[in-house]
Amino acid sequence: MSARTEEETHVTDAATDAAPIGTASADAAVTTDGSGVRGVQTLSMAKAITAGLRDAMRADDKVLLMGEDIGPLGGVFRVTEGLSAEFGEKRVLDTPLAESAIVGTAIGLAMRGYRPVIEIQFDGFIFPAFDQITTQLSRQTLRHDGSVSMPVVIRVPYGGHIGSIEHHQESPEAYFAHTPGLRVVSPSNPHDAYWMIQEAIRSDDPVLFFEPKSRYWPKGPVDLDHTGLPLHASRIMRPGTDVTVVGHGAMIATLLQAADIAATEGRSLEVVDLRSLSPIDYGPLLDSVHRTGRLVVAQEAYGNVSIGSEIAATVAERAFYALEAPVLRVSGFDTPFPPAALETEFLPSPDRVLEAVDRALAY
Amino acid sequence: MAAREREFTAPTVQLLTPEGALRPTPEAEAYLPLVEALSDAELERFYRDMAVSRRIDVAGANLQRQGQLALWVPSHGQEAAQVGSAHAARPQDHLFPSYREHIVGIIRGLDPVRILALLRGATLGGWNPEENGNFHLYTLVLASQTLHATGYAMGLQFDGATATGDPETDAAVLVYYGDGATSQGDASEALVFASSYQTPQVFFIQNNQWAISVPVSRQSRSPLSLRGGGFGMPGIRVDGNDVLASYAVTRQSLEEARAGEGPSLIEALTYRMGAHTTADDPTKYRTDDEVAYWEARDPIPRYRTWLEGRGASAEFFADVDTEAGDIAADLRRRALELQAPTREVIFEHVYSEPHPLMAEQAEWLHRFETSFDTAPDGSAA
Repeated sequence: MSARTEEETHVTDAATDAAPIGTASADAAVTTDGSGVRGVQTLSMAKAITAGLRDAMRADDKVLLMGEDIGPLGGVFRVTEGLSAEFGEKRVLDTPLAESAIVGTAIGLAMRGYRPVIEIQFDGFIFPAFDQITTQLSRQTLRHDGSVSMPVVIRVPYGGHIGSIEHHQESPEAYFAHTPGLRVVSPSNPHDAYWMIQEAIRSDDPVLFFEPKSRYWPKGPVDLDHTGLPLHASRIMRPGTDVTVVGHGAMIATLLQAADIAATEGRSLEVVDLRSLSPIDYGPLLDSVHRTGRLVVAQEAYGNVSIGSEIAATVAERAFYALEAPVLRVSGFDTPFPPAALETEFLPSPDRVLEAVDRALAY
Repeated sequence: MAAREREFTAPTVQLLTPEGALRPTPEAEAYLPLVEALSDAELERFYRDMAVSRRIDVAGANLQRQGQLALWVPSHGQEAAQVGSAHAARPQDHLFPSYREHIVGIIRGLDPVRILALLRGATLGGWNPEENGNFHLYTLVLASQTLHATGYAMGLQFDGATATGDPETDAAVLVYYGDGATSQGDASEALVFASSYQTPQVFFIQNNQWAISVPVSRQSRSPLSLRGGGFGMPGIRVDGNDVLASYAVTRQSLEEARAGEGPSLIEALTYRMGAHTTADDPTKYRTDDEVAYWEARDPIPRYRTWLEGRGASAEFFADVDTEAGDIAADLRRRALELQAPTREVIFEHVYSEPHPLMAEQAEWLHRFETSFDTAPDGSAA
């Protein structure tokens, strides 16, 4: 398997020549030297999100954070580290331990004009709030005939690869992408994370912001001056000609590894990062399929009735004559996420992706 | 060890006896000055609003029976709890109903035809709370609104819109729910958050004894008012068929909330004299004796007796009857004139910002529906 340093970037539109790489710091906004150019910093995704939250809170005093252990501790992943010290406990709310109430009270705060940003501690703990998210948060604007908007962001650390216990490694994004009235996004790298969290906060609609926790720590360049793409745009992360492979979140790192390996075998994979799961930006994906004629969809989530299923159906409907092979899916198995000792068997690996690529090319 | 106590009771605040005599229970004495401060006009308004509520109930049920509404949700029997509590709120307060508080909305300035539009299947919401006395939308998932109310009350706090010391501008939140809804997790979580943040808020439980067909004894073995203390706030049980007690206890609780003294919980004991909704058949689960017991405690005749004793004229009651009848007839007429929404409404306001699927699907539906407007030969059908 090819060696790939974590610092390598695949962010094609990050202006890496705009400024020297700065020292790693979550305090992105203070790097402004008066010129208005803030440059490119090397940050982990966790600290890029911290920086994005900080900038959003400085820009708009209606932005407030809510969640469990997000105050002095800075959250179990330290994403909110330092923010309660800067903004105080009225803007960084260490709430009682009740997810439904966190979302339910955020709805009331949004009615009052606030822009709450919620941290759900782990993927598997979002379900106590499922009712408030799907029957209440998602519908308030519709029920109010547009007189109320719901600018609520729900940050969800999600996915496997961290060797943790039950309910700490799951990928529940499809439940929310299925629900009208919600928007669902997931960054795959620090640059996108920094900008996407700010755009999610600026959105007047509720946004589920899925943070791939296995990608929290690897560092990458964050261009603090160039937003790049709109929140719901997908992106070609690596151009290729033989097979299109598409995914989101942590799966992008896996797909890029698969592409590296395939390249050594003379096969060219085009890697597409969805970034947004609801709505899905199909344009770049369909263009890609028209060029390659083959598509593999990869996801950590269960395959049954998943984001991958939706993409396969839509590409079959819209690019049928461009396809040289059926759209193939690589997913977690349709079982509960297994004990961590078996997670590498469960989670799609570069080899599982390449096995599907082989099948696609065999048609 | 001696057997531990497993029976719990709570005293009930009552000012008016079921026979219509002003004879406060010991725990009600302290509330008497709030009632004595009410003018004759205000006292008469209470009666008028209860009478209007009962008359609208008849109109709503008839409309449903005639196929004009999908459903009607009656308040028959609960008028005192609703009218008393609604009049306790100040204009700047925010009220979060469940889905049975029609007269509360009317008192706040909502045109009840908006409620009929909801029950007729013309809208999922129906009004803008800010333009209708801060009377928020009905919420059908039980107890969900308790959390919205708590969040809103937190927002009032963060904004400095409460507890400044000026009761004319300081705002508070009043949230309604029922005995069945108290079993929902959200109802308890709301009490946790309200207590933790000391929100300017009053939780108003209408214990109408029945959650559709299940008695309150299935929801709780102890008085619901005792839940207040368990969460760190006052919990008061009030005779919800006594409009004066319902008013006074809610008034006191809201005034404390707006003054920054924190939330409280009220359990108003009342009775749903009719069905849960027009889809219900209460004869299958409750006895005639029980209904008779509560009919003897009907909130309207007892209050009328008391008003008559104070000198309210026969003309006043006759005028109220006429006015309530007119309001109900007008409502019925306007309900029948409600227009069905156009198909664009399906897609409007699902999101605040443009969304590709909404645009795509709205356009598809329009094309599909209008495709039938053209005959195969191309001429207009």
